[in-house]
Amino acid sequence: MAIILQLLFTGLGIGAVYALVALGFVLIYRATNVVNFAQGQFAMLGGYCMVITTVDLGLPYWLGIIISLVVMALFGAIFNLGVYYPLRHRSFLPVVISTIGASILITNLVLAIYGPEPTTLPGMTDYPGISFGAVFLDAQYLVIIATTLALVLLQYVFFEHTMIGKKMQAVSQDKEMASLLGINVTGMIMLTFTYSAVLGGIAGILVAPILFVSVGLGAQIALKAFAASIIGGFGDVPGAIVGGLLIGVAETLGAFYISVPYKDAFAFVLLFAFLLIRPQGIFGEKIAQKA
Amino acid sequence: MKSVTNILLWLIALVIAMGCALLLPINGYLMNLLMQASTYAIAVLGMTVVLGYTGQINIAQAAFFGIGAYAVAIGTTTLGLAFFAALLLGAVVALLFGIVLGGSTLKLGGHYLAMVTISFQEILTLVLTNWIGVSHGPDGISNIPRPHLGFLALDQSQHYLALCLFCLFVTAGLVAWLKSSRLGLSMQAVRDNELAAGVAGIDTYRIKIIAFAASACLGGIGGGLFAGAFRYISPDQFAFDDSVVLLTMALLGGVDAAIGAVIGTALLILLPEWLRFLKQFYLAVYGLAVILIMVFMPQGIFGYFARLVRRAPDLPRGEFAPLALGADTGAGLPILEVSDLSKHFGGLRAVDAVDLVIIGGSVHALIGPNGSGKTTTLNLLSGIYRPTSGNIRLGGRDVTGLAPHLLAAAGIGRTFQNIRLFHSLTSFENVLIGSFRAGSGLDAAARRERAMAALDFVGMAARAHDQVASLPYGHQRLVEIARALAANPSLLLLDEPAAGLNLTEKQNLVALLRRLRGHGLTILLIEHDMDLVEQVSDRISVLNFGRRIADGTPSEVLRHPDVVAAYLGEVAEDAAA
Repeated sequence: MAIILQLLFTGLGIGAVYALVALGFVLIYRATNVVNFAQGQFAMLGGYCMVITTVDLGLPYWLGIIISLVVMALFGAIFNLGVYYPLRHRSFLPVVISTIGASILITNLVLAIYGPEPTTLPGMTDYPGISFGAVFLDAQYLVIIATTLALVLLQYVFFEHTMIGKKMQAVSQDKEMASLLGINVTGMIMLTFTYSAVLGGIAGILVAPILFVSVGLGAQIALKAFAASIIGGFGDVPGAIVGGLLIGVAETLGAFYISVPYKDAFAFVLLFAFLLIRPQGIFGEKIAQKA
Repeated sequence: MKSVTNILLWLIALVIAMGCALLLPINGYLMNLLMQASTYAIAVLGMTVVLGYTGQINIAQAAFFGIGAYAVAIGTTTLGLAFFAALLLGAVVALLFGIVLGGSTLKLGGHYLAMVTISFQEILTLVLTNWIGVSHGPDGISNIPRPHLGFLALDQSQHYLALCLFCLFVTAGLVAWLKSSRLGLSMQAVRDNELAAGVAGIDTYRIKIIAFAASACLGGIGGGLFAGAFRYISPDQFAFDDSVVLLTMALLGGVDAAIGAVIGTALLILLPEWLRFLKQFYLAVYGLAVILIMVFMPQGIFGYFARLVRRAPDLPRGEFAPLALGADTGAGLPILEVSDLSKHFGGLRAVDAVDLVIIGGSVHALIGPNGSGKTTTLNLLSGIYRPTSGNIRLGGRDVTGLAPHLLAAAGIGRTFQNIRLFHSLTSFENVLIGSFRAGSGLDAAARRERAMAALDFVGMAARAHDQVASLPYGHQRLVEIARALAANPSLLLLDEPAAGLNLTEKQNLVALLRRLRGHGLTILLIEHDMDLVEQVSDRISVLNFGRRIADGTPSEVLRHPDVVAAYLGEVAEDAAA
């Protein structure tokens, strides 16, 4: 029993990271109808920003976080201008391929500058964690779960109870109408990319002490976040979170009870299962085709 | 004849390429590059089919390439198969994986395939790395033998290169030929407008699976040859990054032409040699190049230059028989019987228990205020929506809930309110796709003639070779009607054909509708222009809030108090009193 609880806790912790990346990816999809294949690289960049500021430059952890998030926000804006904006009137395919190109560019730029060796980032606190009998709640995992919860709540308040959040929702539902109502669509999309990059950055900062910081970090997280958003119901915000948690738990249990080398395969097995049995995901993608 | 010249050119190029491979002195380094390029190019040609022709994203081509390579490696070393048997095995296994992956995801939107292929790619890499008993794990497999082919000892590199080039030429030739074939045009129709492709009679799901499976199979063949070329393979040669490289090759060269695949592959194999000064930044520049190509050269290198050289027209010449229409229509008898048809979206009853009978040979108008359910009715009749309840009979046969392509085969043709053409194809090709209707019994030449006749019927024969995207709006409507006519439908559904037309164009449309009626074609017309409706229709049905509120001849219906109320608003109770 204690083992299962321990695994569940670990799974939820890593799942929360997938959920954050999935969230950023769903927000961009809703705003632009584009699947951003570079979303995982946002997390990777967040991790590297932390390593550069706190380990290499020796800045305090909190300052490192602030600097990293500012850098990520800027990066999201640049990404929008360079990768999405020039192609905004094109169909789905060219934009998706452009984000794949961006993903290669980012990965290899980091690789060229920082080399292939993974680096480590210390945890957010020196405090080890809490023990409940045989179950040990690691501090970093607690931080991850708490931060994710707080972000989800904040985001809910932002989208439902602020004007700018409602404008962003309007843009994601109907760009033309939103623009006729005087909403700055380009600005809102810019904001969406910025926010998604920050979300990705947070995910990277949170996960860096658990996994190593390496150029492969982005792809590793992104693929599972993609799977999470399909499992949850494509384009659905609660779905992305539930899907992320589900994958985190599934792969932790799978690695323990079935096979360690195939740990990374469980997310995809789950994805295939969903595609075959319930392709619309847990919460259901709203698929509408109009003639 | 154009095709004969093409085949001749292809043969000459093949002979020169194989001659060079066999006779010229090639050093080991160049030999490696050439073998890599020719085997990669075969896999990239698969991308041309699936991504270029059909518009489906496959990010696992390296996985299929790897399946082919491992089939040859394991087949020849462990199982003791002959080289070509192992190559065939690889192609078949890749094909089967393609069918299973495609079959499970291609009913869904495009992004699903992208992600499923990525997942497949990741799982395959994990399996190849960890299933050490079979794949030898990260160490890979070495000493892969090359085949003997009669008197040719292909274990000599130059002979083996000639084999690779031969396979490449055959593949490229087939892929190039595919583009203008019936299957290839259907693929391009699916890519340009999936909804319209279905309504034009194409089984879009089947076409997508064929394209994906063919692409996977070409990946397998390329990979199998690759294994023989280098005689050593390991899992890291077939990873996600390599899939992306194959994707980039296809895009860079020009994704919707076979020659583009070859150009892109050659360039990206040579590029590292030229970009050596960039050292570790090489792949970053690569990523940047992908973005820049998408922004500035969306058609790729070949596509960019092909625009400068226009293709020579390849149209049926001379006299062709005038268009035959309405062949299987029993004039005067009910051809379409709709009873109790409903479509609910959640709580909204878009179409609510509608009855409709259309008499063969008549023009029947379906009118009603905005949001009254007219287009939804048409979508039900053409199979885009499945009815919530109710029954549709066409010529006495129950066709309720059939898929669009099956309804097209049953004899329903339609146009769309917001024109849906295959925008990258010519008028002629658009209409030719319409003539593919299943069971029409026409051979290839007869279909081409029929397509030309349909274009001529609507007065667009002179624009047959123009790309439809370049045509003015009114002409696009005519091409769309011609596409529907080419299928020789027994019932033609027209969704607001007069929308956006100027006065002259409207008059021409009235004349066209009358000519169609004169040929005995049955038409169901949705239209807001009441003048036009009165001029052409024999009967009118009126919808309001999803319900049929009137039905009859134009003079009866247009004076019906409910109809007047629906259009002009209810007379207030107290004002009437």
